[in-house]
Amino acid sequence: MAHTDQEILEGLAEIVAEETGLPTDAVVPEKSFTDDLDIDSLSMMTIVTHAEDKFGVRIPDEEVKNLTTVGDAVSYIAGAQA
Amino acid sequence: MTVQLKQAEPVAFSRILGIGAERGENVVTNDDIAGPIDSSDEWIRQRTGIVTRRRAGADRDVIDLAEAASLKALAAAGLTPDQIDTVIVSTVTYFAQTPSAAAILADRIGANPAASFDISAACAGYCYAIGQADALVRSGTARHVLVVGAEKLSDFIDPTDRSISFLLGDGAGAAVVGPSDTPGIGPTVWGSDGSKATTIRQTHAWSQLREDPSLGWPTLRQDGPTVFKWASFQVGKFAQEAMDAAGVGPQDIDVFVPHQANMRIIDQMVKQLKLPEDVVVGRDIADTGNTSAASVPLAIERLLAEGQAKSGDVALQIGFGAGLVYAAQVVVLP
Repeated sequence: MAHTDQEILEGLAEIVAEETGLPTDAVVPEKSFTDDLDIDSLSMMTIVTHAEDKFGVRIPDEEVKNLTTVGDAVSYIAGAQA
Repeated sequence: MTVQLKQAEPVAFSRILGIGAERGENVVTNDDIAGPIDSSDEWIRQRTGIVTRRRAGADRDVIDLAEAASLKALAAAGLTPDQIDTVIVSTVTYFAQTPSAAAILADRIGANPAASFDISAACAGYCYAIGQADALVRSGTARHVLVVGAEKLSDFIDPTDRSISFLLGDGAGAAVVGPSDTPGIGPTVWGSDGSKATTIRQTHAWSQLREDPSLGWPTLRQDGPTVFKWASFQVGKFAQEAMDAAGVGPQDIDVFVPHQANMRIIDQMVKQLKLPEDVVVGRDIADTGNTSAASVPLAIERLLAEGQAKSGDVALQIGFGAGLVYAAQVVVLP
């Protein structure tokens, strides 16, 4: 059963909060992982790995650099579920 | 067939009898190297956990570093060089195609005519070689094997490279493996994935340099985030397999010594393996940097020298790196 965009956002926010210590409500679609949330490329890989496990999707390494905002990640995961 | 061949007489068990270390003599700080990569001490520490890396001067090569470490390992094992009958050197930074660094090392330390050969398994090289030494000793093919991981990576760095050069240091770690009354080296879990050969690489091959001298001296590069993800989240399962193969669990491990690639990889592996909090973790990278094949024995030597680990402790060690390659085993510390 595919997750809704809202469920993906909530799940992703939990993962980001766990990795960074940020509150989950700071993780909103328009935020940039790098510029707004101060997440470096290694933390991003940790987040991606946990998201892959949580949502049962595969996010190729070469795709990660295109996931600029939280919204980009939600859209990618939603599409990858299909 | 009229004759029956004799085969080598196996022995039941092997163990590591002594470990020795040699680090590059120059302490290189983050400030020393931050300029050309537009970085800072803070960024490098946060990103890698490295405070300094040790590098050797222009007058010392891989064999010089290996020689110093080997003599210390022999002393720690209480053996004389003539008792060594096999020498294995793991290195990716020795300059001659042939002869091997191992043959020259064996002669230099007084172990001539020991069987000698080099292996190429990058940052997994020490654990690869410990696996081979264990097999050679237990099969009866060798009695005392000198295993050396030796690298002078500073010969292959580009000061402007932000991917790997700033991590790298120089050093050699040596171990003597011999027969034992009790089990001292668990089964080696090892493998490779050449489909990811470009993940950690030399910028261009020597043959390409010959064709086009304008390419300049080859140096090392890596796809950092990809390596981080692989090392942090996939390599740990091989360490778990090594524990399973040795018949031990996380609660039996006293010391965990992963390849010293990046402190954040080390932290993530500890988390993934669910090691108890009282397990001592090798973190030599903070002072020594990433020394590839030398990093595991250097980290073990530091723990032993500083009293954080002791003889008889059960250690889980794992190497992983360019190839991609990996090797892990549980060992009893000398």
